[in-house]
Amino acid sequence: MIVAELKPFDEIMAMLAGSRKVLVLGCGSCVTVCLSGGQKQAEELASLIRLRSQQTGMDITVDVDCITRQCDKEFFDNFKFDPRGYDAVVSLACGVGVGFMSREMPDLRILPGLNTTFYGANTAPGEWKEFCHGCGDCVLAWTGGICPIARCSKSLINGTCGGTNGGKCEVKPEMDCAWLLIYQRLRELGKLDEYRKIRPARDWRKDRGSGVRRLSRQELSQIDEEPRQ
Amino acid sequence: MTEPVSNLQSQLDSGKFVVTGEIGPPKGVNVDKCLHEAEAYLKNSVAAVNVTDIQTAVMRTGSMAVSHLLVSKGIEPVYQMVTRDRNRLALQSDLLSAYVLGVRNVLALTGDHVAMGDHPAAKPVYDLDSVSLLAAITNLEAGRDMGLDTKGNPNQLDGAPRFFKGACVTPCAEEVEPQIIKLEKKIEAGAQFIQTQAVYDPAAFEKFMNRISHLKAPVLVGIVMLKTAGMAKYMNSSVPGVNVPDAIIKRMADAAKEDRQKVSIEICGELVAKMKHCCQGAHLMTLGWDHCVPEIVKAAGL
Repeated sequence: MIVAELKPFDEIMAMLAGSRKVLVLGCGSCVTVCLSGGQKQAEELASLIRLRSQQTGMDITVDVDCITRQCDKEFFDNFKFDPRGYDAVVSLACGVGVGFMSREMPDLRILPGLNTTFYGANTAPGEWKEFCHGCGDCVLAWTGGICPIARCSKSLINGTCGGTNGGKCEVKPEMDCAWLLIYQRLRELGKLDEYRKIRPARDWRKDRGSGVRRLSRQELSQIDEEPRQ
Repeated sequence: MTEPVSNLQSQLDSGKFVVTGEIGPPKGVNVDKCLHEAEAYLKNSVAAVNVTDIQTAVMRTGSMAVSHLLVSKGIEPVYQMVTRDRNRLALQSDLLSAYVLGVRNVLALTGDHVAMGDHPAAKPVYDLDSVSLLAAITNLEAGRDMGLDTKGNPNQLDGAPRFFKGACVTPCAEEVEPQIIKLEKKIEAGAQFIQTQAVYDPAAFEKFMNRISHLKAPVLVGIVMLKTAGMAKYMNSSVPGVNVPDAIIKRMADAAKEDRQKVSIEICGELVAKMKHCCQGAHLMTLGWDHCVPEIVKAAGL
């Protein structure tokens, strides 16, 4: 899932300066699962904004809504409150939701209430870890399912560096050395030959090297009734 | 065997036990001190002098400029190059630039992460890693760069460089096999000599050397001069793959302040003496105590 965390409250309040009518809009997908941007978190944020507004005389009216996915137009029919009636919408979606809503509703001021952090999974109560970087050229087949692009602090592709320290990365004591994990996994699997192969320099165009990425599937665009931009 | 491109290569080829030193460029433009020390203490006691490349990710004058200044003073540099700060365009260009400035030895390193240095908010690059950097150097030597022309063929260089290419390894890492496999890859990619992370345990080092006896590249064992017992303890707790035995820490701790340098020289000399039978040279990292190098060489019985 896409993992995100709430922005510092003061930063959110600074974005709302001058706004009188605000909608806090949760998103029912990834950010609900990672407990940062669902209905419950939207209500909590709305309460905090109301309280601060009262304390500081900002006079902001706040409503709360939540739709299943802010990154999918199909769910825009499900608003309980029409976002067009607000000075600002604080979106608790990931950056995709904020960006997509801004594109689809260009007259509205959609503000990000979250910092989108990474593609990750829940690994322990209250803990999410990054598992994928979205590099566009998956290597997991030869790394024992452990991603060196996302989980090595240097995104190395040929093995451990000199900073591997007691199974941890020297960059942060709580961070595992991904390449040590890869080595151990490949050894267990009897696939150390995969480690021995020289991996050539990566083609970063598949990552962000050549700008904005776009997926275009001819067979699907032909059946699309309303071709999209 | 091809003609050596450097004095370091020719000395290692000859089978002689070789000593290299190291200087770190300053944070600022006052390079006179490090150049003076290289000239006064290293020039006549080592085969070549490594010049660190933004060591520990602390911003400073670059290794290419200082390597070139060493060349101009008749001192042979080992140009250290890390992949942390520059992409493949800049790395290849810098290799050509270093070559035209007279640099012939290159040490290819990944480089400490920016988080370890004084600009932790910088964007780390790591377009290449140490293995692909070595492959890129080998490629340049064959007259090609990493790019392709419009027909999809490798770009041809107008004049190819030739380097003596080095790599690094950590012999005393807790898990040594992944280090050895990576070292094998570095050699396959073109590494011709090895300089190691600091070693203080001759028995562990000999065991490591036995495990890499199938690799033909000469190995220069790395030793960082200890300045205090506290520094040794710090290295044990904070520098990955470095283990200073208690006996050595005790010798440093027992030495009176004015004797520490002398004791440190003795320790370095003894370590080199104990390890020289199983390796081809020593890389002395003196961290500013460059004037000690001639005495270490003497203490090692070289």
